[in-house]
Amino acid sequence: MASPRRAAVVGANRIPFARSNGAYARASNSDMLTAALDGLVARFGLADERVGEVVAGAVLKHSRDFNLTREAVLASRLSPWTPTYDVQQACGTGLEAAVLIANKIALGQVESGIAGGVDTTSDAPIAVNEDLREVLLAANRAKSTAGVVKALAGLRPGQIVPEIPANREPGTGMSMGEHTAITAAHWAISRTAQDELTALSHQNLAKAYDAGFFDDLMTPYLGLTKDNNLRADSSVEKLGKLKPVFFPAGADKAEATMTAGNSTPLTDGAATVLLASDEWAAERGLPVLAHVVDAETAAVDYVHGDEGLLMAPAYAVPRMLERNGLTLQDFDFYEIHEAFASTVLATLAAWESPQFCKERLGLDAPLGSIDRGKLNVHGSSLAAGHPFAATGARIVPTLAKILHENGGGRGLISICAAGGQGVVAILEA
Amino acid sequence: MSHDWYSDFVNSGIGKTIAGNLGLPPVPVLRRWEPGQPLLSGAALLGTATANGRVAKVVRAVLSDAGVEVHEDPQAPIGGGSSTSKVAAAVVDATGLSSPSDLAAIQGFLTPVMRRVGSSGRILVIGDVPAEADRPAVRAARRALEGLVRSAAKEARYGATVNLVHVADGAENDLESTLRFFLSSRSAFVDGQRLDVGTVPGYAGSSAGTDWDRPIAGKVAVVTGAARGIGRTVATTLARDGATVVCVDVPSAGDALARTANDVGGTALQLDITGEGAGEAILSHAQRHGGIDIVVHNAGITRDKLLANQDTDRWNSVIDVNLNSQLAINDILIGSPDDTGFHRGGRIVTVSSMAGIAGNRGQTSYAASKAGVIGLVDATAPLLAPKDATINAVAPGFIETAMTAAMPVGTREAGRRLSSLTQGGLPVDVAETIAYFAQGASYAVNGQVLRVDGQNLLGA
Ligand SMILES: NC(=O)c1ccc[n+]([C@@H]2O[C@H](COP(=O)([O-])OP(=O)(O)OC[C@H]3O[C@@H](n4cnc5c(N)ncnc54)[C@H](O)[C@@H]3O)[C@@H](O)[C@H]2O)c1
Repeated sequence: MASPRRAAVVGANRIPFARSNGAYARASNSDMLTAALDGLVARFGLADERVGEVVAGAVLKHSRDFNLTREAVLASRLSPWTPTYDVQQACGTGLEAAVLIANKIALGQVESGIAGGVDTTSDAPIAVNEDLREVLLAANRAKSTAGVVKALAGLRPGQIVPEIPANREPGTGMSMGEHTAITAAHWAISRTAQDELTALSHQNLAKAYDAGFFDDLMTPYLGLTKDNNLRADSSVEKLGKLKPVFFPAGADKAEATMTAGNSTPLTDGAATVLLASDEWAAERGLPVLAHVVDAETAAVDYVHGDEGLLMAPAYAVPRMLERNGLTLQDFDFYEIHEAFASTVLATLAAWESPQFCKERLGLDAPLGSIDRGKLNVHGSSLAAGHPFAATGARIVPTLAKILHENGGGRGLISICAAGGQGVVAILEA
Repeated sequence: MSHDWYSDFVNSGIGKTIAGNLGLPPVPVLRRWEPGQPLLSGAALLGTATANGRVAKVVRAVLSDAGVEVHEDPQAPIGGGSSTSKVAAAVVDATGLSSPSDLAAIQGFLTPVMRRVGSSGRILVIGDVPAEADRPAVRAARRALEGLVRSAAKEARYGATVNLVHVADGAENDLESTLRFFLSSRSAFVDGQRLDVGTVPGYAGSSAGTDWDRPIAGKVAVVTGAARGIGRTVATTLARDGATVVCVDVPSAGDALARTANDVGGTALQLDITGEGAGEAILSHAQRHGGIDIVVHNAGITRDKLLANQDTDRWNSVIDVNLNSQLAINDILIGSPDDTGFHRGGRIVTVSSMAGIAGNRGQTSYAASKAGVIGLVDATAPLLAPKDATINAVAPGFIETAMTAAMPVGTREAGRRLSSLTQGGLPVDVAETIAYFAQGASYAVNGQVLRVDGQNLLGA
């Protein structure tokens, strides 16, 4: 079989990301995804056009949004004849959506597609608690009015408390931050190192804005023209004043290192990326920023397997490197999603650790270190924010454009996800 | 946009009676263009001032091609009506004048015409270029037409307009797009104006085969400041006329810009036109469309301050956006390759302003920039001729937009009423004029500045 063609990253559009309960407090997932799509349609002249597929998703989703992407496409300026499907792989959703489209393009099943992701923690679905749900279901099953009244008569105030979705692992009952605090302690990631990475993320993102890097990657929305989590004047000194908010279970509280500054905030936003075959792009005179070379996913047993919740990319990357005959140093740029500053640092530490690489990865030698000057050069989630499913669709075009502006090169994307999962990919230009 | 309640009132049944009793000025409802509309809604009268006229033949051909019934006698009974029944237009071939005494023939023709031209009617006088005449008597006669036309425009009622076209020696066959523009409802708000055809030498082009419902079909147009206001309407109008439109505006206006681009089926380019490399960015974006045929420099800002209170930063921001950006982008366009850049036969249209002609209190920077635009057009026109390209400007008067809605009531009402058409123009009026300049068929129209102001009394 001839080796399949590589999908091209043509361009992208996202809306600025907004801190939770702020600028987008009244926007739904569907509103934001539609806005992101419409900006993409405008940038590439796709009004009334049918692309091969639109694949997107959200992590926090109302049950009425079971067909979120399709509804957004119908509300958008794309042709209503455009097929869609939803995916959901926690924080890996956006990247996984891009991989799915890239694979279909590679196989010639579609010529073009849009991958995306959206999340709102402001307009989150609120569930009724389990007691109330049982009462309501019983009332619904009742055949007579008297039966309904009887079922509802059993209600007690405590049953009406809503269940707001939390960033909590069902398997352990611990929050993602608490999990990560354990990993940070395990890898002895210092507070300073985390704050340095965070300050750099803000400074790099601010510089990218000033250079107009996002002028063709973003469209303003509801009055926002920039990610409003961005603090251009962020510094290690300022970050150093924040109190820790996540504590490693059982450890001394004084050793806590993770603050609201070096952790990503809850964020609302949407992102989309346009992928296509080279032929499709050429027919329309559109640029090819980069190609999708390969992707890999991994999962870790963070419940019983003695591995950190967000460490799956540490496993996925070496598998992908091996398949492609590459070393960790064979990249010009690295985009490692900053769920927490310590996540990035723990992942890098693992790859540098002979013990981890031997015992966990079965490698004779460690993957080694990377040139930190090539990491998240235009900022990442600590500065931009992290609307879970949107992040992958933010990172793919960011890296693709960096490679394109560099006049070529290879880049690595690594995204950790809830549930102990990870999605990683290689782009080349 | 602030609503013109006065116009609504005087056009309502009771309002008409009251306004009539009080002697309030009537506000005619102007006929505006839509695809498929015939060139004229009725017959036309065609007068000739002398036996040496050069353009009557061409006018007749254009009118009959457009299916218009033409009569030469200004008192001809038309369509079974009387010698005073309404006509849609009157055209005077006023070329070939040898002395001011020849003007009487024009007066003789136009006097009965003034009462015959119906609402939104058109009177178009076509004369020779005064500067092409050396003899004082000839030049005086040619120049006299301007005074006649500007005064007749002030006299005409019910939305009828009177305009003057100068046709250079040898350009009589290059008039079609201009005739069609001035006669049609596309020129609804152009009144009492003069335009020269064929005055920049070395032009080339043809109007043969033009689809007059979609005169720029297949062309690629770039419109700056397309997120809102006049620019948005220019984008819509050029798309209606057949162009693919690249819509440009600052990144912070990107959401409105995306709406424009999607509404016109074009593309959005978020770009500050004052930034370094703006011209290159426009060219590079347009690669996807195979290059550029039409550029409309519409983006503009006001930072009004009395000169006594002016500061240099505000001053510079106006000059940069309204003038320097255009100069820089034009340089890039002119230097670009014919095939993949700014195409041979391209069109540049820029937006000046009545303020740039008449001046306006508190608008020194704005008026300087808009007057500068006229100088830019004058000097660029001959540079474009070797590319068979043209550059022209529109100078809008009072146009109903968010900008004018923000004016104090008194200024706004004066802006509306102090014009021969007694109302503000609409963005589409500016857009139609731009679309006319943008036509391939307007190849002989170069270096012109046309006011779209309903013959505003300011700077008239
Ligand atoms: N409205 C009137 O009555 C009137 C009269 C005379 C002339 N004009 C001229 O018409 C043009 C359009 O006016 P309008 O009333 O629609 O104004 P407007 O303010 O509604 O629109 C102007 C557009 O230009 C954009 N723009 C400003 N600076 C820019 C830059 N640096 N780069 C890219 N885009 C930029 C703005 O974002 C805006 O969308 C202007 O040149 C104005 O001077 C208007």
